[in-house]
Amino acid sequence: MTPLLVAQIGLILVIFHALVLAAAGMVWVERRLAAALQQRLGPTRVGWQGLLQPFADVIKLMFKEELRPRAADAFLFALAPVISASCAFAAFAVVPFGGDTTLFGLIPEGLRLQVADVNVAILVVFAIASMSVYGIVLAGWSSNSKYSLLGGLRSSAQMISYELSYGMALASVLLVGNSLSLTDIVNRQAGAWLGVLPRWYIFLQPLGFLIYLTAGVAETNRAPFDFPEAEQELVAGYHTEYSSMSFAMFFLAEYVNMVTVSAVATDLFLGGWHGPLLPESLGWIWFLLKVGALLFFYVWMRWTLPRYRYDQLMRFGWKVLLPLSVVNLLVTAAGVLYFGM
Amino acid sequence: MSDVLLFYLLGAVAVVASLLVIGQRNPIYSVLLLIASFGALSGLYVMLDAPFAAVIQIIVYAGAIMVLFLFVVMLLNAPHEDTEFDERVHPLMRPGPMRFGAALAVALIVELVWALTKRGGESGQFPGGAVSSVGAIGRSLFTQYAFPFEVTSILILVAMVGAVVLARREGQER
Repeated sequence: MTPLLVAQIGLILVIFHALVLAAAGMVWVERRLAAALQQRLGPTRVGWQGLLQPFADVIKLMFKEELRPRAADAFLFALAPVISASCAFAAFAVVPFGGDTTLFGLIPEGLRLQVADVNVAILVVFAIASMSVYGIVLAGWSSNSKYSLLGGLRSSAQMISYELSYGMALASVLLVGNSLSLTDIVNRQAGAWLGVLPRWYIFLQPLGFLIYLTAGVAETNRAPFDFPEAEQELVAGYHTEYSSMSFAMFFLAEYVNMVTVSAVATDLFLGGWHGPLLPESLGWIWFLLKVGALLFFYVWMRWTLPRYRYDQLMRFGWKVLLPLSVVNLLVTAAGVLYFGM
Repeated sequence: MSDVLLFYLLGAVAVVASLLVIGQRNPIYSVLLLIASFGALSGLYVMLDAPFAAVIQIIVYAGAIMVLFLFVVMLLNAPHEDTEFDERVHPLMRPGPMRFGAALAVALIVELVWALTKRGGESGQFPGGAVSSVGAIGRSLFTQYAFPFEVTSILILVAMVGAVVLARREGQER
């Protein structure tokens, strides 16, 4: 076992637990922010400022009874939350979140802060996003309940519709970045134009960023696109019949997906770990700050905007977002060709 | 060594899953097993040093086409296949499509046995470098294979227009 190998295994463990903790932290942030936006206090009793509330919730969920409807398909009912949760974690494997580090000289070669440097990383993220629809669809079908089935069907229609725009937004960034590797794309965003404006792709691709963010919210089934679990119409949508830890896995998957979409957006549009003041080896602090800002935006939007109607969602996806993203891709391609970037 | 082990593992998953696809009574399980088979295939592509083909396999087949399959199976609520009648009847007396399918299966087995036992086939490394870079794939797609590529897109367009025409009800102009 070389020191580098040990460090890499350590990195995998750290990322996994950081994602779980981030999900727990996001639950607290979401509840406190929601409360603040509605002029309430939110959870403040468990731990300092209610920080231990998510852990209390997890313990509560663990001691709940695991229920399964009699008419449910036992195997698929158990498999669906596993698919959801593992897809959520798998996508983060190709997301870089920092430059090379030597851990204060502990290891001779630099350790890149990324689990697997795949040269088609963008496509891997997209592929895993397209696989995660199975968790929701199967949960809806195997529960054998009408609310669950409707939630599952809605979510598959929604995710297929918005995946196209999502893919187009990714494609326009990789045209500008001229690479499919996330590490390369981040490294091309180092430095600044005219010494002031950071060389981030959000300034080259403002429309692409908006499309990515909108489609990303739809992909993660968050408000205002939370149709698969629209409470007022479908009780709880695809996870109506789930309880205890299998419900917790869906919950975890949703928050981890939010973190992953924000992290990919940071890498693609916000310059990843590049930023002023901090040295290259501490770039991950910039990365965390940017991801945090995007996550804040997520929560802010959820508690500000009401849910669309389902036909509005479909019309918006196919008649507004998709044409916009195609135009954006064409203009980007023409620009790249003309300026020879 | 680990390469060979991985190859046999992925190959076994692909073959067994494909066999189980046609052995299932419940169409949902057939769809899922087909996805598992595609996953194993994409693993084989990775081993062939073609990560792009592997990821495209997942995105296009497992991620898009199979979702539509699942969608259709769920919407039609296809019941478990009723095989009681078929199992009572002697294989040669079953309905026409089944006999036709059996004949095709026999032909496939004969072909497979012939192909696998034939001597002097290619083995080992292929001459010439593997086309693993996305740029190389794109270049050959839009130069050497431009015509088939464009014809395929027209084919898909025709299918799409046909589906729209079939699905549109008369007298519902909006």
